[in-house]
Amino acid sequence: MAMTRTDTKARAGLDAETLRLMYRHMLRSRLTDERLWVLNRQGRAPFWISAEGHEAVQVAFGMNLRPLYDWVAPYYRDLALTMVLGMTPKDHILSGLQRAADPNSGGRQMPAHYGCRRLNIISTGSPIGTQLIHATGIALASRMRGEDAVTFTSIGEGGTSEGDFHEALNFAAIHKLAVIFLVENNGFAISVPWQKQMPTQDVADRAKGYGIPGVVVDGSDAIACYRVARDAVKRARRGDGPTLVEAKVLRLTSHSSDDDQRRYRNAEDLEADKERDSLLRFRATLEELGVLTPGDADEMRAELVLELNVATDEAELSPMPTADTAMLHVYSETGD
Amino acid sequence: MPVKTYIEAIRDGIREEMRRDDRVMILGEDVGAKGGVFGVTEGLQKEFGEWRVLDSPLAESLIVGVAIGAAMNGMRPIAEIQFQDFILPAVDQIISEAAKMRYRSNGDWGVPMVVRSPFGGGVHGALYHSQSIEAIFAHIPGLRVVVPSSPYDAKGMIIAALRDPDPVLFFEHKRCYRAIKGEVPDGDYTVPLDRARVVREGTDIAVFSYGMMVHSSLEAVDRLAADGFSCEVVDLRSLRPIDREAIVASASKCGKVLIVQEANLAVSVASEVAAIIAEECFDSLDAPVMRLGGPEIPAMPYAPPLEQFYLVTPDKVEVKLRELAAY
Repeated sequence: MAMTRTDTKARAGLDAETLRLMYRHMLRSRLTDERLWVLNRQGRAPFWISAEGHEAVQVAFGMNLRPLYDWVAPYYRDLALTMVLGMTPKDHILSGLQRAADPNSGGRQMPAHYGCRRLNIISTGSPIGTQLIHATGIALASRMRGEDAVTFTSIGEGGTSEGDFHEALNFAAIHKLAVIFLVENNGFAISVPWQKQMPTQDVADRAKGYGIPGVVVDGSDAIACYRVARDAVKRARRGDGPTLVEAKVLRLTSHSSDDDQRRYRNAEDLEADKERDSLLRFRATLEELGVLTPGDADEMRAELVLELNVATDEAELSPMPTADTAMLHVYSETGD
Repeated sequence: MPVKTYIEAIRDGIREEMRRDDRVMILGEDVGAKGGVFGVTEGLQKEFGEWRVLDSPLAESLIVGVAIGAAMNGMRPIAEIQFQDFILPAVDQIISEAAKMRYRSNGDWGVPMVVRSPFGGGVHGALYHSQSIEAIFAHIPGLRVVVPSSPYDAKGMIIAALRDPDPVLFFEHKRCYRAIKGEVPDGDYTVPLDRARVVREGTDIAVFSYGMMVHSSLEAVDRLAADGFSCEVVDLRSLRPIDREAIVASASKCGKVLIVQEANLAVSVASEVAAIIAEECFDSLDAPVMRLGGPEIPAMPYAPPLEQFYLVTPDKVEVKLRELAAY
């Protein structure tokens, strides 16, 4: 079956280097994620909210966006995405440890409230869904200036129940704005299963109501995600308007470090999800395609763990913000 | 100097700034072909096109949220909310997002946006076209909340708001639109967004007010002047940040204070002004601080006797001033 695996369709025309890079991005996010869980359980980081199980689709989109030119209005599970765009494990550990040098917020927000102006990642708060509308406003501005920048925004399936979801899609579709709406559907909004969130199985079906394409993709199939991301970005860039993409992903961890999903999910499902983990699947695919050997993968992991160890040490030496800075940045300090 | 109405002054300010700065745009319900339900944006779409004067869907969270996004991507948007009564669906975008963007990003991002909205009653607008809910926003650090009362200030403050790097809520009392006229210079000028203004100098009673109530207060003060009472009238103009210095100066000078607003009094702008005076002017006071505002009912009713019951009229201000004068 190696012949079908290596055909253009199975690897989306991607060369070995791109496929390895994709895997590296996924692994780097996963290891950073796991490190933040450890720091949380050690009592050094008060909170963590994870991207484990969501990495493939985030990396797929991240690799198809043009860094520093395109715009991103993320949500709290987009760790892997931010790292593809240029944020580092150290950035996120600084945030987890509430340090002044945290580029997201200088230790003001909980971790996973992403934002970095240098990278065109807008600051995000905790209310769900507001960022979808910001994305349409960003895209409107790009359009008014005649730029072909693409704006990417994301949300979980729970967030699609918010009114802002409708308002944003409606407006983006009316004006054919270059926005990509990604729904990372992991089936649970904290403890509430998707069946109590929506009456139909696929959020993507709602695209019909706005006259835009709606695409469902297996969020654990990295190559399929890449293909969908590439198409949506191309479509937006050439001025054909928004796409609603729904990735069926796995939530491999509890909602957050303050939650225990064993209280509302059955043990067999949790075990089954581990078997479907996109990292395992992608690694197996790459080994089958012959673009990654077990040795390569181990080497990659060792190198990334080393990076993380250095990042953790440096972050721990970095100071927390001092109380005298709490009054800063309520309004512009410079008048512009 | 040309004499203009309040509504013309706002429009002039917007139009001139749109000519100077192509980042300035307007979005809201009916702002385009119709020129707004009150006519503030009349003629602007014709001059600046359908993108820069954009008729939005009927969705307030969207109107403000799009303005936030556009502002973060280099624009200077004005989000028009047709009536302040309908701003509530956008409160999440205003309070959770715009007000906190700079703070939560540690100064990385800002939201240079203006939200314009008419407020106030006395136009047979009933419960949902008459409210004065500015106190909700005046409570929130990170926002600027301004309420001009004169055409001169309206133009100078809308231009200043459009050049400010932070979110400004610009509230226009709808009875001012055509009733209030005044001298407005042609061309570019700004009025600060954080300074009160002494509209009438006096020595016996300091009256603090904003919006249309400045005019009701002036009318009442004129009647007392005939009886030899000298009242100072201060137009607060900015509700956040509030001009503590100006409040303390006039309250200390006069020793008697009346605060006049159209909104109901509990937990309001008048409460804040009274608290500042209680903290800073204790030794200068010759009488208890008095407040005059709307009654503690959910909103302004429709039928004229009920509407009149709600409204703060020059007659009601006069009664309160005489009470204070006699103290």
